[in-house]
Amino acid sequence: MELYARRRLVNIIVMTLSMAATAFGLVFLFLVLWTLLINGIGAISPALFAQNTPPPGSAGGLLNAIVGSLMMTAIATVIGTPTGILAGTFLAEYARGSWFGEVVRFVNDILLSAPSIIIGLFVYAVMVVRMGHFSAWAGAVALAIIVIPVVVRTTEDMLRLVPGALREAAVALGAPKWKMIVMVAYRAAMQGMLTGVLLAVARISGETAPLLFTALNNQFWSTDLNAPMANLPVVIFQFAMSPYADWQTLAWGGALLITAAILLLNISARMLAAWSSFRP
Amino acid sequence: MATEAVAVSRTTAQRGVAAGVGDPIFRALTFAFALLVLLILGGVIISLVDGALPALRQFGFGFFVGTAWNPVTEHFGALAPIYGTLVTSAIAMLIGIPVAFGIALFITELSPVWLKRPLATMIELLAAIPSIIYGIWGLFVLAPFVQEYIEPPLINTMGNVPGIGLLFAGPPLGIGVLTAGFILAVMVLPFISSVMRDVFETVPAVLKESTYALGATTTEVAWGVVLPFTRIGVFGGILLGLGRALGETMAVTFVIGNSNHIQASILQPGTTISASLANEFTEAVGDLYLSSLIALGLILFMITFIVLAIAKLMLIELQRRAGG
Repeated sequence: MELYARRRLVNIIVMTLSMAATAFGLVFLFLVLWTLLINGIGAISPALFAQNTPPPGSAGGLLNAIVGSLMMTAIATVIGTPTGILAGTFLAEYARGSWFGEVVRFVNDILLSAPSIIIGLFVYAVMVVRMGHFSAWAGAVALAIIVIPVVVRTTEDMLRLVPGALREAAVALGAPKWKMIVMVAYRAAMQGMLTGVLLAVARISGETAPLLFTALNNQFWSTDLNAPMANLPVVIFQFAMSPYADWQTLAWGGALLITAAILLLNISARMLAAWSSFRP
Repeated sequence: MATEAVAVSRTTAQRGVAAGVGDPIFRALTFAFALLVLLILGGVIISLVDGALPALRQFGFGFFVGTAWNPVTEHFGALAPIYGTLVTSAIAMLIGIPVAFGIALFITELSPVWLKRPLATMIELLAAIPSIIYGIWGLFVLAPFVQEYIEPPLINTMGNVPGIGLLFAGPPLGIGVLTAGFILAVMVLPFISSVMRDVFETVPAVLKESTYALGATTTEVAWGVVLPFTRIGVFGGILLGLGRALGETMAVTFVIGNSNHIQASILQPGTTISASLANEFTEAVGDLYLSSLIALGLILFMITFIVLAIAKLMLIELQRRAGG
């Protein structure tokens, strides 16, 4: 009986701890979001979207940084998405069981988790040093390199879920393989692939480290892709680390903007995946 | 009639040719982009090695064990950032692994079914929050809290224990190795717990049910059946989280204090490879300085590559065993 009581006690303790662990994780999620809301909401004003980043001590907004982030994210998505989809297509459709496919899959997974600051160093060496200056192009390419592995992975996973019967039906009608892939498999896997792209966009919207060495930052309004460009993450970094209160307020405002956008992207990606006909 | 037949057969022939050409072209196109993935990794390695060579030639093996980091005299050694990277990651793992295990256990074994999905989603949202947000939160919220409520009791209790006391010496600064490790722990939670959750769910219900039928408690089932059955996957998940912790940049940069000295106390400021890069790279003057920073990047890449490769191999092995 005593043994039984001890086992029950151990069980109760472990279960309580496991509940506490879950609470720990949730508490941090809400703490971070709550702090962002409290500190950031005061900075959200029309001026935030209408004025450029100010010098310390004067009023301003984040317009140039918001536009810069949007431009670089858009270019990175436009470069990264087709690249990722085509590479993922190769893995799912042409490389099943081949050693080359295994290698690419392995390398892609490494790239997926590799530190993003390393990607920044790579693009710095390949583009910034060659061109002789920091530029928005380099920033967009660095972000694109982060998009590619995410899209490769989801494209491959989603294409593999497309039922064989659909493919066979298309081939039986005389469609060549490429037509079967483009007209049938892509359509069937569309929601899943789109989910992957949304998640990739969410991921790069907050990436800071690779932009430090590539797009750098720009105090002024600039849409020149061949020059350094302001972007939200680096502005947040610079302003939050500064001793000026008005810069710190702007940093909180920017942080709230980015997080809201990312959570929105994430939740819509999840809803899209849940709505998709083939569950992953 | 005759011409019509010829015309028809010609279009069929053309269609046949088009199909014949279309397939190899599409295959080659997708192949080229798959190759590009390999080339990116190759490019990363080559550019890092190329950039690091001047520093490695200058300092040789001493670069890895040197503690000097002096841009003025151009003496560079990587030991302090390497040490900081390893110590912060170790703290992150020490806190993160048990908590992630608890979360995975709660979601798979205890939680009511209707709560499972929302809980899992919320924990995964922790991974969606960008690193810089953790950084700004750590600097303005966590660090003052740690300074006020965590560090003084630590110094007053653990700090007096001979031996271990060295780890908790010095004034409470709030900013330092411990705070950085703690933030990293929160950041790797979703990665480790989601892998654990996935592998826990692969345990056949029959195994668990038969153990329950023998009178085992949930703890005993988790410890005696679930963990042994999934240990490869669990280890793979832990390594995946470790890979994240080692390379994490912005959150650490905000709270670690950026001091290029090795100090025994985890309450004091330090630096990590990625934090040094983020702080110093754009301000580095001189080829040797820049090359030393790139060499730091190369070391970080090698460490994370090895950790991630082992994690990946373990998870592949697991899939192969499951017959997936």
